[in-house]
Amino acid sequence: MNKPLRRIAIFCGLLVLALMIRDNWIQYVRADELNTHKFNRRVQIERYAYERGNIIVDGKPITGSVETKGSDFKYKRTYTNGPMWAPVTGFASQAFDANQIEKLEDGILTGNDDRLFFDRTLAMFTGEKKKGGDVVTTLNGKAQAAAFKGLGDNKGAVAAIDPQTGKILALASTPSYNPSVFAGNSIKDSENRQKLLNDKDKPMVNRALRETYPPGSTFKVVTAAAALENGVVEDIDAPTDTPEPYMIPLSRTPMKNSHGGCEKASLNAAMEVSCNSVFANLGDKVSRDKMVEMAQKFGFNNAEIDTPVRASSSVYNKTMDRGGNALSSIGQFDTAATPLQMAMVTAAIANDGKLMKPYMIDQLRAPNLDVIQTFEPEEMSQPVSQENAQLLQRMMENVVEKGTGKNAQINDVTVGGKTGTAQHGVGNSKRPYAWFISYAKTDNGSPVAVAVVVEDSNGTARDDISGGGLAAPIARDVMKAVLDSKE
Amino acid sequence: MSVVTNTTTIGAIDAPSRRNTELVLLAFAVAIPVFAYLNVGLALNGEVPSGMLGYGLGLGLMAGVAHIVVRKFARYADPLLLPLATLLNGLGLVLIWRLDQSPRLNARADFAPQATNQLMYSALGIALFVGVLMILKDHRVLQRFTYISMAAALILLILPIVPGLGADVFGAKIWIRVGGFSIQPGEFAKIVIAVFFSGYLMVKRDALALASRRFMGLYLPRGRDLGPILTIWAMSLLILVFENDLGTSLLFFGMFVIMLYVATERTSWIVMGLLMSAGGAVVVASFAGHVQARVNAWIDPFVCKETSVACDQMTQVLMTFGSGGVLGTGLGQGNSDLIGFAANSDFIFATVGEELGLTGVMAFLLLYGLIIERGIRTALAARDPFGKLFAIGLSGAFALQVFVVAGGVMGLIPLTGMTMPFLAAGGSSVIANWALIGILIRISDTARRPAPAPAPSPDAEMTQVVRP
Repeated sequence: MNKPLRRIAIFCGLLVLALMIRDNWIQYVRADELNTHKFNRRVQIERYAYERGNIIVDGKPITGSVETKGSDFKYKRTYTNGPMWAPVTGFASQAFDANQIEKLEDGILTGNDDRLFFDRTLAMFTGEKKKGGDVVTTLNGKAQAAAFKGLGDNKGAVAAIDPQTGKILALASTPSYNPSVFAGNSIKDSENRQKLLNDKDKPMVNRALRETYPPGSTFKVVTAAAALENGVVEDIDAPTDTPEPYMIPLSRTPMKNSHGGCEKASLNAAMEVSCNSVFANLGDKVSRDKMVEMAQKFGFNNAEIDTPVRASSSVYNKTMDRGGNALSSIGQFDTAATPLQMAMVTAAIANDGKLMKPYMIDQLRAPNLDVIQTFEPEEMSQPVSQENAQLLQRMMENVVEKGTGKNAQINDVTVGGKTGTAQHGVGNSKRPYAWFISYAKTDNGSPVAVAVVVEDSNGTARDDISGGGLAAPIARDVMKAVLDSKE
Repeated sequence: MSVVTNTTTIGAIDAPSRRNTELVLLAFAVAIPVFAYLNVGLALNGEVPSGMLGYGLGLGLMAGVAHIVVRKFARYADPLLLPLATLLNGLGLVLIWRLDQSPRLNARADFAPQATNQLMYSALGIALFVGVLMILKDHRVLQRFTYISMAAALILLILPIVPGLGADVFGAKIWIRVGGFSIQPGEFAKIVIAVFFSGYLMVKRDALALASRRFMGLYLPRGRDLGPILTIWAMSLLILVFENDLGTSLLFFGMFVIMLYVATERTSWIVMGLLMSAGGAVVVASFAGHVQARVNAWIDPFVCKETSVACDQMTQVLMTFGSGGVLGTGLGQGNSDLIGFAANSDFIFATVGEELGLTGVMAFLLLYGLIIERGIRTALAARDPFGKLFAIGLSGAFALQVFVVAGGVMGLIPLTGMTMPFLAAGGSSVIANWALIGILIRISDTARRPAPAPAPSPDAEMTQVVRP
């Protein structure tokens, strides 16, 4: 009987060997995947096991951590002025994961990033409590407050950029939400979140980055840039050949103007009173492909604008016909832009044609305040020449001085801007969006470019909605706040 | 003059008993769990646990008693089996005690601390071990109980489905409740049925091996000899169907096939066994819902996580293993309690995986592997066919159980509800496994004992008489 016994011995050895191989498979080969699996609650437990690092604005934290009892998670996230900062911070919830900066820089904030390995090891020897690192943002507290206050109870968003560096200075979205209300793990937190998700006003949508709107007349600066760059217009004060009424190409519909005096108006004059016909005509002359090219240089049709929070892609249709292109040239039809996108357009013009990549994280810091990484300004493209950029500035400054953008004027400061009133809904049935884009200029170049969109205006008669009336004062306040903080 | 000389003894040196080796190994087998206990206490509460002295003394005392009994009643026994079992039992106690202190598990309604009970069961197990060695002086005595064993095993297996006695614990009907205690009769049936198989096969092995026809290179047994194997096959299927217990049925059938192969030396039995288990598995898997759920959970638990409890459990177990990595988090520092239900019984091996890592799991598998191979070594060394069959039956069953449980929790094969020998919380399992070790020690003692000096034969005496 010994021969089969020996074989059984080998068989049993193989069983144990199979177990060992399997164990290596799950505990070595697949260890990382399982360890960081989205269903693995350990990720959350680890995230809140130590005091989480903070997100910093103007040297002060806008987040915090409190110790909690009676749950898996030791610390809970708190937010200072949560609704105002939510579009920047995102949320970090024990029960519902995290998003935006809280998610993207989770490694630094929890202290688990590889770059913090040395700090962790050192802390192990010195007996210091483990703590997360900080994320220092580029935002400007005063500008953000001005934007949030200006939007008030309206639905809308504000994006402000430093044109010379691309640093994001303000990023507001209303109605907003307080990420503190579901930072925990209780039933109450769950209910609060559900309430926010069910809210028809969508408070959790980051409108400044993740919502696209038809940009309306503010898009005319892009059309003007394309006309200048492609030589369709050489002198901004020379009359164009625009007839009145101007018929939309391939159709029998005349392009309506809300203002008289658009017939054969010069580019500058058309900008001042926002003539639809002139810009539709110029856009048509530039041609669709050249318009697409210009829009893309400004950042349209780019799905990878990471601030590092990714902004939605703004759209300029690449395949539409001539009529569509003419309508798109005045920011209607399929054209759609995020507030950040329009702030980028404005910033590029204010920065003499050079578009800087927008970003909102300045530095990553270790718990001991050592800087781990500093983000440097980066040039994204040069959509227009310096010369043409200055021509565009002249026209935009004229709009604020004499035209539709008078509400954005600031004493002793040069301001350039453009209003927009974008129609939407079937047959333009819905209330239009009020837009305003602008920049301020000092002797050292432009410190701020801003885009404001106000979605819906409660109790305002339809005709009164215009970028100049609703959005321009907000833009002015944001620019003022930035200028004040520079002094 | 009459000179009596013993001419038959060749080596005059007494065979080494290896009892001192066993004692040294036992010291380690007690010391290691005590350190593990200390480790858990320091990790969880930051202080030396107050129960450490009691735990160390308790484990040491049990090991000491077992050792003395082995020294006295089974002097030539295998020196590894007792230390290995003690080490596994001790570490199992530490792991159970560690999970007892998890706030997450204590918040569950179906959880109760188990360490004290488990210590008591371990003591009972050692008592049974001692009893086996003291009462069972020769394992061949059991041969007499071949058919009684069969009846006993059947009764034990049927008990859980007797109304009023059996308890349905989350679908599996493998428990009976007697006066506040839950007993898993299957664990004991494992040993009893090995007695029956050994006795039966020893008698029938020639008939099964020789009276067969050759067909396509395989020896096919006669129809009437097929009876027993068909009976066992049917029985294991019935266990599966009525008790929802995939593990036990696999264990019994596998054990029977192994013993049949050893007894007859015919590979055809293995082939037939495999075919029959495959056939049974297909039939049951296509009819029984709970088996299907287990199979789905095995194929890819993350896919059906939301819809099936079995899958969700499996994802938790796999993530627990994965989170341990190569070196583990350290005892007391993992989150294996996230598994929730049965974290300290069926899934206790996952705690080893997370807290001791790949290294710890490999070490545990080696410990189990050693027990298995020492058992098979015992079978090889045994001098009588009954002992050989009995030893291989017990070792094979032990090996299959380790494979089925560890393979199940690690996702190598579909999960079955069985307990990891010596580690998992549960009285029946630890008691029955101590009895199993006791029997193996008894057989190994008989096997390794030097052959007794033959009684001087009167004839031999006569031939040496030299008549002047």
